[in-house]
Amino acid sequence: MDSVAQRLSAVGAGAALELRGVTRLFGALAALTDVTITVRPGERRAVLGSNGAGKTTLFNCITGDFPPTSGTIRFFGEDVTHFPPYERIRRGLRRTYQISALFPGLTVQDNVYLACCGVSRGRFSFLRPGQNDALMHAADGLVQAVHLTAVKDQRVAELAHGQQRQLEIALALAGAPRFVLFDEPAAGLSPTERAELVEILTSLPAHIGYIIIEHDMDVALRVVESVTMMHNGRIFKEGVPEEIQSDPEVQELYLGGGHE
Amino acid sequence: MSVTHDARIQVRSPAPTAQRPAVRGRPDLNNPAAWIVAVILLIMPLIANGFFLIEIFATTLMLGTIALSLMFLAGYGGMVSLMQLTIAGFAAYMVAVFGVSGNANISLGWPWWLAVPMALTLATVFGTLGGALAVRTEGIYTIMITLAIGAAFYYFTNQNWAIFNGHTGINNVSTPHFWGVDWRADIPFYYVVLAIAALCYFAVDYISRAPFGLALQGVRDNPRRMAALGFNVNAHRVAAYAVASFIAGLAGVLQVWNYRQISPGSVSVGACIDILIIAVVGGITRPVGPYIGALVFVLLRTFALDFLVKIGLDGNRFRLLIGLGFLAIVFWSSDGVIGLWQRWRQSQRPQTDRPGGGRGHG
Repeated sequence: MDSVAQRLSAVGAGAALELRGVTRLFGALAALTDVTITVRPGERRAVLGSNGAGKTTLFNCITGDFPPTSGTIRFFGEDVTHFPPYERIRRGLRRTYQISALFPGLTVQDNVYLACCGVSRGRFSFLRPGQNDALMHAADGLVQAVHLTAVKDQRVAELAHGQQRQLEIALALAGAPRFVLFDEPAAGLSPTERAELVEILTSLPAHIGYIIIEHDMDVALRVVESVTMMHNGRIFKEGVPEEIQSDPEVQELYLGGGHE
Repeated sequence: MSVTHDARIQVRSPAPTAQRPAVRGRPDLNNPAAWIVAVILLIMPLIANGFFLIEIFATTLMLGTIALSLMFLAGYGGMVSLMQLTIAGFAAYMVAVFGVSGNANISLGWPWWLAVPMALTLATVFGTLGGALAVRTEGIYTIMITLAIGAAFYYFTNQNWAIFNGHTGINNVSTPHFWGVDWRADIPFYYVVLAIAALCYFAVDYISRAPFGLALQGVRDNPRRMAALGFNVNAHRVAAYAVASFIAGLAGVLQVWNYRQISPGSVSVGACIDILIIAVVGGITRPVGPYIGALVFVLLRTFALDFLVKIGLDGNRFRLLIGLGFLAIVFWSSDGVIGLWQRWRQSQRPQTDRPGGGRGHG
């Protein structure tokens, strides 16, 4: 990681994530049009917008799930536009999914363990983990961090929805994340669970920046320092939470356009 | 969310890793049925005559091992490959070509301890290349590509005389003799087959809980998420084909030693599909399934003919019995005989949350 960081600083790029003119077409439909965003290392930002504003497509372009039709994406200064998703992940990018994308047949522990293997050299290992396996210890720590220790040997299919959302976050924090994309982590959570989510997000180490897509303003604006507002696949407005909250255009869009 | 709050209390306790071996240990060791099966397999030469030893049990173990390689791909990786028998057949041909056989103008005459590693290497390369083609597809297209490879190999062996000796195949393949033992004699050969089958069975069982096997199951369940965890999904799938090809190749070597000959009939499309039937009938959720399926298949194939004749029907209809049995099992149990067995066990002991850990290798 260090050598990568040095290489990047040599390029002179200070941004964690830098999108320039990113456009994504699905046939004739432009899901994203000319999106340019710069996020500093350690910065925490919310992306707001109504359904169909292009928020999840933005995430898919950044991670490479769907590569952009045009434009460039730089991650800590490195041009990753044409990298497959796993290469971006190995460089410290992480994401969660709006609809939990877990491994229902495996236990909680194995899910997290897999995530730890994915970003380590041990991912092709044919040897079972021993008593003092470093990756297994890392997995234990993550399971604790998202408060799932009591259910760690249960199959994921048996977990409650809220627990699955927490596991979703644990998978994204495996290894040494430098930047995380959270796609509606609060979806379907109870008020208590939302409070816990806020606690998990605010207690992340300061060097880990993230972008969070969240409709719940109570959650979103408490865990970020900047906000990007999207509308119809374009950047509509950027600013600090107070500005965005009091902006009349934003209020009209958000409250008038239905709040889901 | 109460569970989560309970969990938080436990965060301070340093003990969570201590319980792991119980969960990760091999459940078979605590299962009396597995021990009984293992002992019976070991003392089989005392019980069974040569016919049962080779025609039933050794054949079951060889076919079961080929089906095990399919179980590894399909059960853990979600990739249904119909070319596993082709890979075994390829290894068998390579043993005949590099080793010693009755066709002196084809066989190179290498000793078996050189010819076998060569055959296994080539079979693994062959299967890995086929896998590299197949992983670009999903579901039914994987089946079609691997079936096409199997069919192409069958017709190729039929028409190529320089290496594969056309439709007559290669006969009188020599088998290993060393330490004063003829390893193709019934009892030594049975133990060789049993040892290889047990090795493959335990290797697959072991790998299923190692990072590689866990990741393979992750690729099966959610390839997109695996990529988002840093896994190169296609590389992982190709590596799984390499492992499965090696296992199938081992079984192929045993087959050519068993019959002492190899011909295109052994790698026909029908035989490829038999492997799928064996794996599905036994069940592809656990490594023991293919061996159970193979036993059912071999018993039906061997005795259905006599049975049909005895009740006054045409003996050639034994495939009808196999087909009906296949239909019945798939209809009542989507995970084969082991699925039926598990459900029966659970109905016997409803309080156990985890059904018994398999019956060893059948």
